[in-house]
Amino acid sequence: MHLLRLALASLANRRFTALLTIFAIALSVCLLLAVERVRTEARASFAATISGTDLIVGARSGSVNLLLYSVFRIGNATNNIRWDSYEAVSQDKRVKWAIPISLGDSHRGYRVMGTSAAYFEHYRYGRRQPLQLAEGKPFADLFDVVLGAEVAETLHYKLGDKLVLAHGVSTVSLVQHDDKPFTVAGILARTGTPVDRTLHISLAGMEALHIDWQNGVPARGAGKASAEQARAMDLQPKAITAFLLGLNSRIATFAVQRQINEYRGEPLLAILPGVALQELWSLMGTAEQALLVVSLFVVLTGLIGMLTAILAGLNERRREMAILRSVGARPWHIGSLLVLEAFTLAVTGVLLGVGLLYLGIGLSQGYLQANYGLNLPFALPSPYEWTLLGAILAAALLMGVVPAWRAYRQSLADGLTIRL
Amino acid sequence: MTQTLIELQGLGFAWPGYPELLDIPEFRLHRGESLFLKGPSGSGKTTLLGLLGGVQKPGRGSIRLLGQDLTKLSASARDHFRVDHTGYIFQQFNLLPFLSVRENVELPCRFSRLRAQRARQRHGSIDQAAAALLRHLGLKEELLQRRADVLSIGQQQRVAAARALIGQPELVIADEPTSALDADAREAFLQLLFAECRQAGASLLFVSHDQSLAALFDRHLALDELNRAARRGD
Repeated sequence: MHLLRLALASLANRRFTALLTIFAIALSVCLLLAVERVRTEARASFAATISGTDLIVGARSGSVNLLLYSVFRIGNATNNIRWDSYEAVSQDKRVKWAIPISLGDSHRGYRVMGTSAAYFEHYRYGRRQPLQLAEGKPFADLFDVVLGAEVAETLHYKLGDKLVLAHGVSTVSLVQHDDKPFTVAGILARTGTPVDRTLHISLAGMEALHIDWQNGVPARGAGKASAEQARAMDLQPKAITAFLLGLNSRIATFAVQRQINEYRGEPLLAILPGVALQELWSLMGTAEQALLVVSLFVVLTGLIGMLTAILAGLNERRREMAILRSVGARPWHIGSLLVLEAFTLAVTGVLLGVGLLYLGIGLSQGYLQANYGLNLPFALPSPYEWTLLGAILAAALLMGVVPAWRAYRQSLADGLTIRL
Repeated sequence: MTQTLIELQGLGFAWPGYPELLDIPEFRLHRGESLFLKGPSGSGKTTLLGLLGGVQKPGRGSIRLLGQDLTKLSASARDHFRVDHTGYIFQQFNLLPFLSVRENVELPCRFSRLRAQRARQRHGSIDQAAAALLRHLGLKEELLQRRADVLSIGQQQRVAAARALIGQPELVIADEPTSALDADAREAFLQLLFAECRQAGASLLFVSHDQSLAALFDRHLALDELNRAARRGD
């Protein structure tokens, strides 16, 4: 106890260096924990991009590819699905609901998705949270569009604004559907998922956009159909890109999946969203691990800084050690004093680092939730985080042995000789 | 018959790679005696104090303190023995600046149970022992909680003396403790030190090259008179 008091008093005497060392450790610990927490929460948030959907069905390709274009709006489908295939599957008794998805158009870099009213009713994200409209209502008119929160915010759209969709999904499109402008009918509340970056129109609206297209290009002259003409035409889609399924019983999931995968009408692929999300996350696992390793190295740098500070001060403190020896401190007392110092610096650094983490969470929680859908809770450290903190303290103790050993050797050599 | 506190027999010591520095055939210091040991810089005074404190081990011969041959003890046991029975006063600035005056004085009691026990027996508690010693050495009680580095040199030396004397060690070794003091302060400090040593029954081994102080001690010796190695060097 007395050694700890001595260590604390000695550190207080060198408070500037000690505070800098503590701050360096605290920042590195804060960074490590923040990376770990963001990593964990990002994984959870990623897994929560879609929830409550039992199966995603698309043209036969890879499960990750299907997940990417149908949920994350990344990449393109290899093929479309016929509408009658969608109807055949969605009318199965085991199917509770089905959400058709039709992709292929965009607006200033944001994807346009044709879907049905079922989307607003059944689509869930996060912890089975439904989509909510921040303003307006779901599309009622053929040329109504419901914007994701980010689209509305970034492009400064409000209810009633007119916008023109573009053919294709590239940022710069050469073909605009400028003859059929859409009106903003609703703006969705922020979800932190790709929904925020999507423009939602009805399937009929999507069909209307392309009603006069022939061989992949818009018709010219007499073949061209105006928006009003389109309203009077048959807008039943012939094909869609994918569809989401909710089943009456989860037990039936594998049976329905197998049945869809063996569907004779056309080659289809049904995937379980959770499994595909895990598969996709594992692809990103290397980057995630690399981030963790980088922050571990930052902690190591902080601890080496502590070691350097203690070692650098050791020579100036030979007088202190000799005085302690003269009043009865044995060499192991001197060594223990240095280890205690290192441990005290590390413990204070770790505590401050944890404090900074919670401060950071407090300050950024709302922003991260709103903009990235990341929910960083004010939770106590997880068992893994405790392990990390324990490992940092163990490493600090181990590093403290280095100056302790030097001081021990010096105190043996110096004895009671007080050196400047 | 006076009891012997320190007894050196055939003591020889050399630092590795150097010729023999100390060659003392015989030396005794009696209990309660104050001895002035003079010698020029580099003559081996501090080395001799290190040997008496058991920090270094002689190449040959024996060092008996209170009848115990220090050369027969392990390094750890010598450390123990030193703090239990010896108090040190150094030249100057020998307090830990980040501790209070009281904490500095009480330091030996934190490392020696024997001295803590003696302090409690004589004064009731370690705190009271520290306060009493400082009072006897002419320091006001209000200084007890001050940091050591805010005191004057003279005050620091008195705190150092109190630290050496707490827990009544049998031997007080003072290594040029007055060199930073002016003549008046030097003599006043010495009188206080003598009085405290007498009261505690401690012997005082005072090492200095200031010959003018010699007359104040029971006995004075030049290290060269004891040390045959120095005479060979001459």
